[in-house]
Amino acid sequence: MLPELGQFSLILAFCLSIILGSLPIVGASTNNLLWMSLARPLAAGIFVFLAISILILAYAFATDDFSVQFVAQHSNSLLPTRYKLTAVWGGHEGSFLLWTFMLSGWMLAVAIFSKSMPLDFVARVLGVLGILCVGYILFMLATSNPFDRIVPLPPAEGADLNSALQDFGFIIHPPTLYMGYVGFSVVFAFAIAALLSGRLDAAWARWSRPWANVAWAILTIGIALGSWWAYYELGWGGWWAWDPVENPPLITWLFGTALIHSLAVTEKRGVFKSWTVLLAILAFSGSLLGTFITRSGLLTSVHAFASDPGRGVFILAILGIAVGGSLLLFALRAPLMKSEFGFEPLSREIFLLANNVLLVVAAASVFLGTLFPMVYQALTDNLISIGPPYFNAIFVPLMGILVVLLGIGPITRWKKTSLVFLTSQLSKVAMLSVVLGVVIPLVIVLRFSFAATITIVLAAWILLSMLRDIKNKTANKPDLRSGLKALSGSYYGMQLAHIGVVVMMIGVALTSSFSAEKSVLLAPSESIDLGDYQFQFNGTLPVTGPNYIGDEATFIVTKGGNPVTELYPQRRLYLASGTPSTEMAIDAGILRDLFITLGEVKENGAWSMTIYIKPFIRWVWLGAILMACGGMLAAADKRYRRLRSRSEEKAVNSGRAGLRTAI
Amino acid sequence: MRPHRKKRLAIIAFIALSMSAAAGLTMFALSQNINMFYSPTQIANGEVANDLHFRIGGMVKAGSVEKSQDSLKVNFVTTDFVNDVPIQYEGILPDLFREGQGVVAEGALSAQGIFVATKVLAKHDENYMSPEVKAAMEAAGASPQNHSGLSEQ
Repeated sequence: MLPELGQFSLILAFCLSIILGSLPIVGASTNNLLWMSLARPLAAGIFVFLAISILILAYAFATDDFSVQFVAQHSNSLLPTRYKLTAVWGGHEGSFLLWTFMLSGWMLAVAIFSKSMPLDFVARVLGVLGILCVGYILFMLATSNPFDRIVPLPPAEGADLNSALQDFGFIIHPPTLYMGYVGFSVVFAFAIAALLSGRLDAAWARWSRPWANVAWAILTIGIALGSWWAYYELGWGGWWAWDPVENPPLITWLFGTALIHSLAVTEKRGVFKSWTVLLAILAFSGSLLGTFITRSGLLTSVHAFASDPGRGVFILAILGIAVGGSLLLFALRAPLMKSEFGFEPLSREIFLLANNVLLVVAAASVFLGTLFPMVYQALTDNLISIGPPYFNAIFVPLMGILVVLLGIGPITRWKKTSLVFLTSQLSKVAMLSVVLGVVIPLVIVLRFSFAATITIVLAAWILLSMLRDIKNKTANKPDLRSGLKALSGSYYGMQLAHIGVVVMMIGVALTSSFSAEKSVLLAPSESIDLGDYQFQFNGTLPVTGPNYIGDEATFIVTKGGNPVTELYPQRRLYLASGTPSTEMAIDAGILRDLFITLGEVKENGAWSMTIYIKPFIRWVWLGAILMACGGMLAAADKRYRRLRSRSEEKAVNSGRAGLRTAI
Repeated sequence: MRPHRKKRLAIIAFIALSMSAAAGLTMFALSQNINMFYSPTQIANGEVANDLHFRIGGMVKAGSVEKSQDSLKVNFVTTDFVNDVPIQYEGILPDLFREGQGVVAEGALSAQGIFVATKVLAKHDENYMSPEVKAAMEAAGASPQNHSGLSEQ
């Protein structure tokens, strides 16, 4: 009975979405106050019904209701409760329900935190999100209902959750990633609402910015969690594989990064308006593309759900309508948005433009590499794959240029910066960076390394020019302390995120250059050297878990005779599905990770295993955390919370009047 | 031409130039990094050059896996139920590698016609068969069996 209620609740949310997707938008253009004011309660209603739906599905999992097909396919009575509850997103149907639920959560947030915006704008934003909800829920009801029953003979036992998913990472990675992904729908809805109303001005950019920053920050964390999880769960020692399903979040993230920078220009200087709108549309399209690739089964990937062409076609239709429709609206409206072109070739605007060009080119090349195999197959009938070397060859130089410019951009001034000023500011910084880059590796490891030198030069370049900028910005205050106090939250947010870039760059560069790994066969009491470490294998003992059995090995790790740590990797066999699984053991550290994955046991009692040393790998995710904190800090800047000032009110009205005369 | 027009033109030219440079470099990198994918039947038909680095896909033939007891060497046979190709690999096989299941290997053919793999990928999900393996099966005229999780129970 309960699963039917869940489905009924889904249908109710669908009906509310239809109303939300129509009346408030019509009301906003006909100035019907009642219809516009429906938007907020409707958004809250959709959230409530989707919440009921997802809770009922979770309850079906918790109570082992295997008459529900989705539960039977993704759970088992032996599964620990935390994985039963989170198995809700362990397959296509439930994870799409989570996706839609996340959208309704963002809608509720917009309904609550939009008091400072005019009602017609809120009505349009929520209306656009309502239309998205209509598409998503219709997709679920038509092709992937999580509440479908197995009648008349439900199985007595479920097929179990994929053993690779039975891990802490699975509990947090999908919801976080979805939350970030779907957050860009909000920014998209703001852009569409602005196009509809003709209110494409500084006020619109100011309203969008905190939402874009928060969505971006959460997406950053979501991607980093996925990378961290893959690193310790899949056991191949990598943190990024250029997998076709890793790429769409990255594409979205790159567009999103370009967007938050472009929004800054639009808010502060009133230029790049059409470009900003286009980026909002592109970032949103990236998130839909991710859904399409994961759920259509077109590409081979770790993440692919069971393939079903019908679903692919449906999502492609949603993608086509949403992206095509918004681009059409953009083409109709964008020419009417005039930007004043008041800046010189050397100005902050230009540096932010360069940032945008680089990020968009990077996103486009990732997009190309991801979809090219599909297109190639359609054209020639030959199957191909594009390997990591392609992505690295494109991505590394682009990011290198971006990082060089990142050291200059924040120091430049809006409108016009003189070359003399820039050289006076940065020549010492540049020289000092080069010196540090050469000296530091020599002092620490006593040898020259090109990769380490480049990394340190770039890191010093950004950090030193950041200090220079802070010195400039606090120069007119009596002392440093009051100067630092006067700087805004969004300034600190920016600098923190840029420090995150430095930290991540150090992690990526050093772990890629200096990792070591060795696959060996070791008998108990044998040992092996890797890098500066000795790994002593002390044999295995049997272990038993709630739904698996296995062996646990003991390793004593020493460095130059001094004990470092003990590692206990496991080899498990999951009973319900009969799948073997490797639980690697990691000794994590700020300067290096050591880890071991067990292979299998041979007749003479020796085990195959792979041992890894990963220097600075933690910095990759630490950098992502700093970036996300920076984004959040910028979003929390108090000026976004201020009620609208008179001047903005005037800008809003004149913007509207301008468009009307233009039409 | 008015100055702001000139400026706008300069910026558009800058973007267009950098975009096309990027596009050119991208296409070059792409052309250098394509991994072709072949089925055992295509290999048996001699469609593959000898020193080409490529991917092969098929099923791990039942009873064909031979693991060395004193090294990490593994030999197995991949099949599309029409033709077989022997594969040699040194390393640890993925968790989901099993006889009678789909596999994708990356590497090159040796002069003896053995595929020497540098990487072995097994399918990652009980409900899921990689499109490459499926296509290879279909191309060879063998119908892939239904791999839905429930029907296997």
